[in-house]
Amino acid sequence: MSDFFNQPSVWIVSIIKVVVLMALMMTALAYLSWFERKVVAHIQSRWGPYRVGPHGLLQPLADGLKFLFKEDPTPGGVDKLIYFLAPFLAMALALCSIAMIPFGPSPWLQIANVNIGLLVLFAITSLGVYGVALGGWASNSKYPLLGGLRSSAQMVSYELSMTMSVVGVVLMAGTFNLREIIMQQQGYWLGVIPRWNLLAPPFPQVLGFFVYFVSAIAETNRVPFDLPEAETELVAGFHTEYASFKFAMFFMAEYANMITVSCLATLLFFGGWLSPFSAGGMMVWTLYIPTAVLAACAVLLFIDGLRYSTRFGRIVLPILALALAGLAAVCALPGVLAFVQGPFWFLLKVFLFLFFYVWLRGTLPRFRYDQLMSFGWKLLLPLSIANVILTSWMVLVNSK
Amino acid sequence: MSAQVIVFFILAAVAVLGAVSLIVQRHPIRSALSLIVVMVALAGLYLLQGSELVAAVQIIVYAGAIMVLFVFVIMLLNAGEEERTNVSRMARYVGLPLGFFLMLQLAWWVGRGTKGMATAASSSPAMTRNLSKLLFTDFLLPFELTSILILVAILGAVVLAKREN
Repeated sequence: MSDFFNQPSVWIVSIIKVVVLMALMMTALAYLSWFERKVVAHIQSRWGPYRVGPHGLLQPLADGLKFLFKEDPTPGGVDKLIYFLAPFLAMALALCSIAMIPFGPSPWLQIANVNIGLLVLFAITSLGVYGVALGGWASNSKYPLLGGLRSSAQMVSYELSMTMSVVGVVLMAGTFNLREIIMQQQGYWLGVIPRWNLLAPPFPQVLGFFVYFVSAIAETNRVPFDLPEAETELVAGFHTEYASFKFAMFFMAEYANMITVSCLATLLFFGGWLSPFSAGGMMVWTLYIPTAVLAACAVLLFIDGLRYSTRFGRIVLPILALALAGLAAVCALPGVLAFVQGPFWFLLKVFLFLFFYVWLRGTLPRFRYDQLMSFGWKLLLPLSIANVILTSWMVLVNSK
Repeated sequence: MSAQVIVFFILAAVAVLGAVSLIVQRHPIRSALSLIVVMVALAGLYLLQGSELVAAVQIIVYAGAIMVLFVFVIMLLNAGEEERTNVSRMARYVGLPLGFFLMLQLAWWVGRGTKGMATAASSSPAMTRNLSKLLFTDFLLPFELTSILILVAILGAVVLAKREN
């Protein structure tokens, strides 16, 4: 603690990291909404956003401006302080938790390497319920109140099984430090199968991962657990009375939470930044997968850009494609090659989880409230406890 | 004055102000929120002492679980603002002096006792491990007794809630 206060260099480095990560995070949040609309639209045989910019790429920007300039009426009889506090609380807590996530092996890719990172992460996410509950209560309106009540009940119930489900991973790793948890998952079975916690001895955490991911979807209030904002019953749930940028803050908090739980799923169960291929001997070519993927995206984008219907698109899309191709070339440089591996695999895994989230939203209907409660308490919680008991037993047997 | 002392006084001020606000606020939700502020400030103080685990547990258990239930119950009952009443005579003539006396006593003990203890709570990577080891070996009996006590309380609550049907 004392070195933190006395070394100005630590301050400056931390501030730079925070600013860069915040900028990236805000962009990611904006484009996650675009991605979600596009994917859901294609699942439902629609085009999704298409008018603002080529492929609707400028839609997040337009949405942001719209949120900023909309009228922001405050409903009568609200508790002013809490009504204003709630969206800030939701947003701030959602963004805080990303500080613990290590995006790669280099210390530059993590803001705070905390000794008990996992616990701190759960501490921050456990406060996230206040934004939703207080927002619903302070609006002085029936539907938001019901939404807020539902969400508090849901988040309290599912947080329990979510916390229990990661105990297995902690038992196997013997530490709460996120960096060390990833380092424990190094190595390959028979030189091919990665020893991620999902597959690794002494007890593969398949059960733990299932419980974690289902609870995480419920924690973030997403389909099929989006009871707090069920449109057909509660208008828009807890944020019915919020407009303009305060609504946008709730919206961004939800997306930030999605990103955080996906990051956590990646690093607890899927080996974090570790590559699924061992790069030794014949497999050196796997180091060039990031380059190949980026280059393939660039080629696809270039071809699509040349045939695009508007002139603006025919100019912008090829330029974007060239930028991507440049990035691909940079990734192949000898100095950058090793550095890029960690973040590439980490972000790819997180992206797959986010796609899974959106896929679920486009596919599944909503649970009924009593189904939600009995599912959480009667199935997920016992499963997570069984996972803890089995894992600790196997760890004990193995250590002897 | 070092930065650590400054941060300590800021956190201490937030904690005390939160505690005063907890009593002064007339709306139950606002009182509950003040209590959360106190708990988070206390967690910050623990962190300043280098005991990360206690800080994290303080937030997870108190601010994140118990207070959520408080807020939930207040919202469910839809409790309105409290009326302010005159302080009863008993509280004025007996309670206030006793409270003042208690505060003096605490101040005296704290002023006497902390001189040699500041170094005991140093941070180390193995602290979580050591703490857990102590809890599950030397202090296993009190730990298990506490859990049985909580279990009994839960069973009692279930029995009381069931009786109405």
